[in-house]
Amino acid sequence: MTSTLDLDLERRYRGGPVVRARLEVPLDPAPVTVLFGPSGSGKTTVLRCLAGLERPDAGHVRFRGEIWSDAASGAFVSPQRRGVGLLFQEYALFPHLTVAANVAFGLAALPAAEREARQRWATDLLRVAELAGRRPGQLSGGQRQKVALARALAPRPRLLLLDEPLSALDAPTREELRGELRHVLSQAGIPSLVITHDRAEALALGDRLAVLAEGAVRQVGSVPEVFSSPVDAVVARVVGTENVAPARLASRDGGLAWVEVGGARLLAVDPGHLDDEAYACVRAEDVVLEPRATEATSARNRLAATVTSLVPEGPLVRVVLDCGFRLVALVTRQSAEQLALAPGREVVALVKASSVRLVPRR
Amino acid sequence: MDLVALRVSLALAALTTLVLLAIALPLGAWLAATRFRGRVLVEAAVALPLVLPPTVLGFYLLVLMGPRNPVGRAWVALAGRPLAFTFQGLVVASVLCGLPFAVQPVAASLAGVDRRLVEAAWSLGASPLRAFLRVSLPLAAPGIVAGAVLAFAHTLGEFGVVLMVGGNIPGQTRTLSIAIFDAVEQLDYGAATSTSIFLLAVSFTVLVVTYGLHRRSPLG
Repeated sequence: MTSTLDLDLERRYRGGPVVRARLEVPLDPAPVTVLFGPSGSGKTTVLRCLAGLERPDAGHVRFRGEIWSDAASGAFVSPQRRGVGLLFQEYALFPHLTVAANVAFGLAALPAAEREARQRWATDLLRVAELAGRRPGQLSGGQRQKVALARALAPRPRLLLLDEPLSALDAPTREELRGELRHVLSQAGIPSLVITHDRAEALALGDRLAVLAEGAVRQVGSVPEVFSSPVDAVVARVVGTENVAPARLASRDGGLAWVEVGGARLLAVDPGHLDDEAYACVRAEDVVLEPRATEATSARNRLAATVTSLVPEGPLVRVVLDCGFRLVALVTRQSAEQLALAPGREVVALVKASSVRLVPRR
Repeated sequence: MDLVALRVSLALAALTTLVLLAIALPLGAWLAATRFRGRVLVEAAVALPLVLPPTVLGFYLLVLMGPRNPVGRAWVALAGRPLAFTFQGLVVASVLCGLPFAVQPVAASLAGVDRRLVEAAWSLGASPLRAFLRVSLPLAAPGIVAGAVLAFAHTLGEFGVVLMVGGNIPGQTRTLSIAIFDAVEQLDYGAATSTSIFLLAVSFTVLVVTYGLHRRSPLG
């Protein structure tokens, strides 16, 4: 009970949106929780309320049973006394101070020996010790990110908050640092909350995933659980099941349901309490492509499809298809070559009924 | 050149600048941070000396310092003599006159400091004062120096309000600009010319330094 960060807050903006978030974040043994949501969903507001940089208009924040803010009683712990490490999206390094002085900034209250030890620990962990004498203006984006993280970690915060830690970096650096960041977070042993709208970042960093969308936390669970079984259409769209198409129930058939999606018909598992309006969700990885006119498979959903475009993604290719509705398939480069995929090419898209997830429309 | 007047002018400008910085730093920090809607009133009041004729300001100050005004009487009770036509009175008047020249650059440069840097300092445990001294102040330094330099230069050349409040007492309230006025009145164009050239050179140097500082900000 007391080993959690417990927040239930509401922040209203004049003439603007209302952000509500209700979430319990486990803190032991120092897991990484990802707060996932599209831009404008209020992720940063939640983070700022946790850091004490904004006051919620209603609700409370409790950290290991300690009240950090409570709108009802007016209780509020200042950012200085929360012991929170904060990594800003653009890092917010002090431009007039050296890397060493940046990292040591939060250690002012410690005796000199301790200060030096902490500074060395943090710069070694992030492998930025050799940059100590430089200023932020002389660093690359990736180096800045590491220095900012070292600065946040050096005072050994009780909670680490990371605001889109990799989004300000160019793509190659981002790829490179993703794994390293995961390593550093587990080495540091500090419970962390990462906010992001990037699927790869969420998958790479998170132990648990909370989805914030349309002003509320809509689903919390393990990362694969949330990605593979979104509880509703909003979550499905946010976590990017890839294919989320409006579907209309056509008929039921012994636990299965036929739905009309665009101009096509799909067989899916009937989730029950399904109105005639729903979203059909298919993960791009679950779409199999075959040349036209092939022998039988167990897949009941055989859709005549035309390739619209191809987007290479490392060893994979994202294939956008038109089969009466827009369908995205993720295939390996080899199979893309074997099938001679190119815009205009006609293929068959196979989707097992068990891979079609029907989400009732609100 | 009238060296006694030069001494009065330099002392007045230096003292005025110090007082102005002591006002402009907290006021600028407040203006940069506040969401209080009444701030426009404060900003307008600060800018007033830019558009108000110095004689108007001087006149009000003279009335305020006079023996028939409670403020003036309080000062006499406190200091033993009236504020008008003294060096101290001149400092008060110059501070009011120089307010926009000091406050505006200081407030603008403090407002230009990335708010996230201050918040980062807070979350690293720095008190608001420490965050101000270690982060905001060094980053706003060019603007603060510019404000100080402008205030100093403006005070050095102030004429109207000085004449109204200070009069023309050698060694006390007779500044360089008044010395120039006197010299011209007495058709002593030689003295007027040398003093004017001096003020022109000082003003030009000050502006060159100010603009130079702006270009060499640590973030630029």
